Amino acid sequence: MNGISIFVQQLINGLSLGSIYALIALGYTMVYGIVKLINFAHGDVMMVGAYAGYFVLCAVGTTPFGMTLAFLAAMVMCGLLSLVIERLAYRPLRNAPRLNSLITAIAVELILQNVMRVLPFVGPDPRQFPTMPTKMLSIGIVSFSNIQLIVIVLSAVLMVVLNYIVNYTKTGKAMRAVSYDLGAASLMGISVNRIIAITFVIGSVLAGAGGVLYATAYPQIDPVMGYIPGLKAFVAAVLGGIGSIPGAMMGGVILGIAETMTKAYVSSQYADAISYMILIVILLVKPTGILGKKTHVKV
Amino acid sequence: MKNKFYRNTAILGAIAFVAVFVPTLLIKLDVINAYTAQIITLGGINAIMALSVNIVCGITGQLSLGQAGFEAIGAYSVILLTQNLGIPLPVSMVLAALIAAFFGFLIGFPTLKLEGDYLAIVTLAFGEIIRVVLVNQKGITGGPNGKQFPTILSTDFVWGPALSYLVIVGVLVAIIILLQNFIRSTYGRAILAVREDEIAANSNGVSVFRYKMVGFVVASFVGGIGGALYAPFIGFIKPDLASFNNSINDLIFVVLGGMGSVTGSVLAAFVLTYLQEFLRFLQNYRLLFYPVILILVMLFRPQGLLGMKELSFIRSIELVQHIKRVRAMQREKAGAKQANETEGAAEK
Amino acid sequence: MSDEKKLILQASDVSIVFGGLRAVSDFNMNLHQGELVGLIGPNGAGKTTVFNMLSGVYTPTSGEITFWDRHGKVHVVNKKSPAALNKIGIARTFQNIRLFGNLTVADNVRIAMHAQRKVSPFDVLFRTPRFFRDELMMTLRVESLLSLFNMKKKGDALAKNLPYGEQRKLEIARALAAKPTLLLLDEPAAGMNPQETKELMESIAAIRKQFKVTILLIEHDMKLVMGICERLFVLDYGRIIAQGTPQEVVSNPQVIKAYLGEDAAV
Repeated sequence: MNGISIFVQQLINGLSLGSIYALIALGYTMVYGIVKLINFAHGDVMMVGAYAGYFVLCAVGTTPFGMTLAFLAAMVMCGLLSLVIERLAYRPLRNAPRLNSLITAIAVELILQNVMRVLPFVGPDPRQFPTMPTKMLSIGIVSFSNIQLIVIVLSAVLMVVLNYIVNYTKTGKAMRAVSYDLGAASLMGISVNRIIAITFVIGSVLAGAGGVLYATAYPQIDPVMGYIPGLKAFVAAVLGGIGSIPGAMMGGVILGIAETMTKAYVSSQYADAISYMILIVILLVKPTGILGKKTHVKV
Repeated sequence: MKNKFYRNTAILGAIAFVAVFVPTLLIKLDVINAYTAQIITLGGINAIMALSVNIVCGITGQLSLGQAGFEAIGAYSVILLTQNLGIPLPVSMVLAALIAAFFGFLIGFPTLKLEGDYLAIVTLAFGEIIRVVLVNQKGITGGPNGKQFPTILSTDFVWGPALSYLVIVGVLVAIIILLQNFIRSTYGRAILAVREDEIAANSNGVSVFRYKMVGFVVASFVGGIGGALYAPFIGFIKPDLASFNNSINDLIFVVLGGMGSVTGSVLAAFVLTYLQEFLRFLQNYRLLFYPVILILVMLFRPQGLLGMKELSFIRSIELVQHIKRVRAMQREKAGAKQANETEGAAEK
Repeated sequence: MSDEKKLILQASDVSIVFGGLRAVSDFNMNLHQGELVGLIGPNGAGKTTVFNMLSGVYTPTSGEITFWDRHGKVHVVNKKSPAALNKIGIARTFQNIRLFGNLTVADNVRIAMHAQRKVSPFDVLFRTPRFFRDELMMTLRVESLLSLFNMKKKGDALAKNLPYGEQRKLEIARALAAKPTLLLLDEPAAGMNPQETKELMESIAAIRKQFKVTILLIEHDMKLVMGICERLFVLDYGRIIAQGTPQEVVSNPQVIKAYLGEDAAV
């Protein structure tokens, strides 16, 4: 294997990781775009998705049917979970100072992590996620595993579906309206509560899928597994432009590739720290992110 | 008017003196045992960290999720300065805090120029970066297993506990005094104005960016002091000190005590430190305790215990005096009334 | 009255564009020391946008704004921050009142004096005599400013608890505390009844005299505008459509058309 093929290999690894980051980043960016809240609990919703997939796969096995079921279970579970969270913890605080909502989001994150730790059938110890047998496929100088293929393709499919929903459906139009001006949207007859709930659900469904994909690629799961990918996904969302859906997709992929390249060519231990440094650099250079727009404050 | 000022200063001075020296004596005389002493002293350190968070969040109005990062910087710096460079402990403590403040300046500078919640994420990332660096620089920091730091405070059985309390609570009291002096001044008002309404503050001559930086850097300095006291006291530190969980712990003190209330944060820190020991039997459920309380507070009493008010010793004393005076007047009236009645009866 | 011809503010061909919208175009204005000038026009004409450019909140896309401070020194206003402009002598109030709600009335005024402080952080931390002197001086000035508006007794009230009319007055008092030479008042009479408006007119006239300050005000209340303004600028869709004395402007057919529509101008 020569240098080029290693490079391309790492690129594919990065694309695969980045797709997962993108899926999670989408949830952050959509929620921030619509209610200006950094949903700290989002990474842990992804963790719940991974566990949901885990239990299904343990019961049914890693057949294609089992995997499909696992994804569905994760997505449904996460969707319902976020409905509950939004209704109980976030909606009452919608008009409160932002600080309060942020603190509540942090509290929700900690509750999710620690509930999973104390639940008897879960527990704090890491578990091995059932994986399908790995098959390597080669095209020319490039080889990738079937798992990576699934990750990339499935993420792409989900993002296409999301894009369709946001840009070509009435609900998507309502979501965009609410993200521009909540007050005006509600005056136009849009049920703001419903739209916000839908936004949370869509984001969490994607995170659920992302959780199963992440566990498939990195098969060890534990209750705190969502924290670091969640943080990185947020960096990705900021990188792409927080509030921008294409931005989150782009940011996720860029971050995934950057992290993989750093691990391969620079330093494996500091790769995480470097990802976070990217955040600080972006804020210095272009705080609105790659695809973000500057908004004017009216005085 | 001036007499009142001298009186108030004298009262507060006396209370500070008592708070610092009496328990020190009691600890030395073994009236308070070593275990309790450690808890109260730890409460003192947590109070200092709570103040660090309060300065950023309560007073300056920005959310920081990485104050523990400054604590870690302070802790590791004091060890490196003392052990590797041979600088005397008190001096290295001050230097360590200055190093923490320097980092505060570094990350505050790009971030505070921005509008929005970026500081929260950047400080979160900052704490993580510090932790990763501390874990990986094994040569300097001892890696994930941490580093020992035996000092008179942590190893001396005779003087250790009492001296620890004296130094830590002494520093805490000093910080409280200086902080209150700062807040009740034109500088404090400027920072509060920034918290209340940035645009109005800017238009009235207060440079918003500068005062956000002042608040953040001062908070980092105080966080650094917390760490610089923690390391010699406990005698052992791990990179976990910089973790998000630790920052959240500090944030909880402030949320519960009241964002913006100095006395509230300090009180909450002491109470919760004690409670944490008390609740050890809950084991893993203990970790659920904090966030559930956070949500309940956010939903039902977001201003915390004291909101932005301060527990005022002066006012409590004045209240007591007022009550005494009222009672005395009532007694006089009752006495005069009785005297009149007896006179009237006698005249009859 | 003739020696008030000294120029203190000049806006030359100032325009600002937001996204695709030209909010203000080719705005030209000269203000002389001691003048009381009104900026009027229908809603959405761009009046507050002009204020925002003069006070540093927005940066014009083209054109230049020049300001002569109390020492006669020339400053270019473009790109300076509101805080910097406040220090050289431009103060303003806001259309939607922006007080520091959770602070006391007195503290609201004190904050505007921050730039004039004579203490250093050392004085503050260690409570030197200089600290007490500075605080006393501030307190005395605050009291005298509040007395101007009959609010001396309300010093310790929280600003958010004041009745609406007094909140507006407090904003003006706060702006004055910065010792400005140019005072920008954005709809100071909004929401006031005729009696309050009359008092406000008297206050503004008194302020101009006592503090020797130039005043530019945005207003919709024509009684106030006609009553105290010496000159008027009329803005419509971001452009000046008329300027001159109140009498000249009020009979200008363009102005009538802008406010009342085509038919009324006939």
